[in-house]
Amino acid sequence: MTRFFAIILAPLLLAFQEMPLPDAAQEAEAQALMKELRCLVCQGQSIADSDAEMAVDMRALVRERIAEGQEPQEVRNYLIRRYGDWVTFSPPARGTHLILWAAPAVFVLIGAVFAFRLFRGRKAA
Amino acid sequence: MIRRLALILPLAAFVIFVIIAIGGLGQPQTRQIESRLVGEPVPDFVLEPMSDARPGLSSADLKSGEPVLVNLFGSWCLPCRIEAPQLDRLAEAGATIHAVAIRDEPAAVADFLSRYGDPFAHIGMDPRGRMQIEFGATGVPETYLIDGDGIIRGQWIGEVRENDVAEILAAMEALR
Repeated sequence: MTRFFAIILAPLLLAFQEMPLPDAAQEAEAQALMKELRCLVCQGQSIADSDAEMAVDMRALVRERIAEGQEPQEVRNYLIRRYGDWVTFSPPARGTHLILWAAPAVFVLIGAVFAFRLFRGRKAA
Repeated sequence: MIRRLALILPLAAFVIFVIIAIGGLGQPQTRQIESRLVGEPVPDFVLEPMSDARPGLSSADLKSGEPVLVNLFGSWCLPCRIEAPQLDRLAEAGATIHAVAIRDEPAAVADFLSRYGDPFAHIGMDPRGRMQIEFGATGVPETYLIDGDGIIRGQWIGEVRENDVAEILAAMEALR
């Protein structure tokens, strides 16, 4: 009988560990942050998508800190301090990362200049 | 000339992009992530003991005036068994080794220590694996060198191998 309960209850307890936060707004904040944090052992996946134990621990940490009232940025900074910018999928816009953030705008601008010249050339001809 | 350049430049840029992309595909997917806390003070923490016989571990224990090692391990972790003889040798050579048992239970830890050796001074229980994140670790086992002021001075990712032992002892000696 005890074994029966152990088999039934253990998964339930595990599921309880992964319970969403009671506050829906906080849960949404936590979920959004989880999607932006990289799983450290299953690289390329976010901690929201991973079943690795490390990702489970990190999700618990995110929920706990958001529930304590921390801003998502504070939680992100806590992890960046330990693992570097690499841990987040959206690298902070500073230093050399600025190139990444500016590149799309620069490319669109270059393309626009080319397109503008091309079409103006056609009209004249 | 400018017209020709206007054709060649985008094409050249595209070719360079393709070469970089193909090169990136060949790179291994995983890489080792070193903790950014090397050179920084240990984070504050207090961990429960596994039994009355041996003290738990807190950050205060790591500011002892002497360099110490902190080993993150788990009784469920295979590489931790492999590194056990090396930790024994470090302890025999006079190194103080504290342990954090990640996602573990006292009975399982006691069983592990009786099987694979017990070089640990303090053992802190970390049932939720929080110390892994606190230390900037990416797995188990990892070993950290902490100096007498509680500053993290070194990190060994994965199991301590035979040829790491001399290096670790030398690093500890340098901090005395």
